Amino acid sequence: MKTFKVKLPASMREGFLTISGIVIFGARYFKEVYKPPYELKELLKQLFEIGYKSLSLIAVTGFVIGITLTLQSIPSMQKFGAVSLVPSMIALAIILEIGPVISALIFAGKIGSSIGAELGSMKVSEQIDAMEISGTNPFNHLAVTRITATTLMLPVLVIFSNAIAIIGGFIAFSLVNDVSFKLYLQDSFSSIKFDDLIPSVIKTGVFGFAIGVIGCYEGFNASRGTESVGVAANTAVVISSLAVIIIDMINVQLMSILF
Amino acid sequence: MDRKDIILEIKNVKKSFGSFNVINNVSLSVSSGETIVILGKSGTGKSVILKCIIGLLEPDEGTIEVFGKNLFDLKPEELKLFRKKLGFLFQSGALYDSMTVRENLIFPVERHLEMKDMNFDEKTEEVLTSVGLLDAIDKMPSELSGGMKKRVGLARTLMLEPEIILYDEPTTGLDPATSKEISELIIDMQKKYKVTSLIVTHDIACAKLVANRIVILNDGVFYKEGTYEELSASDDDFIKGFFQY
Repeated sequence: MKTFKVKLPASMREGFLTISGIVIFGARYFKEVYKPPYELKELLKQLFEIGYKSLSLIAVTGFVIGITLTLQSIPSMQKFGAVSLVPSMIALAIILEIGPVISALIFAGKIGSSIGAELGSMKVSEQIDAMEISGTNPFNHLAVTRITATTLMLPVLVIFSNAIAIIGGFIAFSLVNDVSFKLYLQDSFSSIKFDDLIPSVIKTGVFGFAIGVIGCYEGFNASRGTESVGVAANTAVVISSLAVIIIDMINVQLMSILF
Repeated sequence: MDRKDIILEIKNVKKSFGSFNVINNVSLSVSSGETIVILGKSGTGKSVILKCIIGLLEPDEGTIEVFGKNLFDLKPEELKLFRKKLGFLFQSGALYDSMTVRENLIFPVERHLEMKDMNFDEKTEEVLTSVGLLDAIDKMPSELSGGMKKRVGLARTLMLEPEIILYDEPTTGLDPATSKEISELIIDMQKKYKVTSLIVTHDIACAKLVANRIVILNDGVFYKEGTYEELSASDDDFIKGFFQY
């Protein structure tokens, strides 16, 4: 039987190797997460670092999204005489799609790069090796805690960001319409069911997991040399952002089947 | 050398990275209490030997026996306990950037349940006093000089009370005065804690001060071994290259 060997371009081979490496790294998380010792102190530290310290950035982003989206929607909706539908349209758009995706992209830029750079720096300066020989499992201590923290904190941050975005929407809407906050909220949530929130929260958890895995993978695989720290941070952001968009696309298809 | 005194034995170890053979059939026996210096040019695989001994790298061929046990036959939990007997001083000190000196020192002992009865604060102060850096106990690694980082790295190693300490280029990047201080510190540790030391360096002044025996590495094999006096009197051009400084 004849066999054909296809030689892929080097960049494509490297791409496939990176993807397979990330998948294996992510699978290792599920193997190690149940293994003691449980690094609770480090997990709490990461929850604080990743969650609390991203709060202001996520809040500003949400606020700006809410205002911009509302201001852009009002003129278009006025043409159809449907300005009263703006609050519910904005809330739906923010909760289901724009809030999670934009927040995740911002989160990938801030946290993905920070994890990639921090772990890359630890790898280059032999701190990860030092950890291993001192009797600590570096994957458990560094990767499991960070991945868990990104997975848990991103949904919380997105819920917070969505709330701020709705407040931003109200401020923008009240500039051109005389409406109370209570009425605005009633209108906003009139067409949202509880079931709509579940896919959105699950999706953000998956985004957080992907960002954590990719940041840690890039950090752990930084080659020797200070230059590789910058490369790890940069690659973590690029791949995480791409992953967020691809996961979102898959999620839309999947959730339309499931819910 | 009495065989019963041998606590570390490297037998026919080979290690390659891709097509590049770094270590070619290296063998070495180290007796309890000895201080051996592995001397060689940069990039000849000296650090690779140390990383194989500590189990960070696995040799392609050969065995490494520490206290009579092959390192690579051990289960992960056994390896963890075993590594406690082996201290490793990294070239850069490898201190954890996000922790203070105190936290750096306590971190490894917290991981060993068998050491939970130790008074961490007392031990931390004791080892920092040994390396002359008690004042730096609450400083961050970024506030320390290169020499201080190596001293703290050594103090962290001593926290686990190892029986063997592996030093990876302990004086590289330091000025001559600080290099001499580090070399003297190695001798002090040897006397105080009775540890066996294996030191990788290309600093002949350090080798002269600390070594009972010097092994010269060239092209991935041990080229020659002897005392400082024996090797410094050698007619061999390659060996002379190290001692004419």
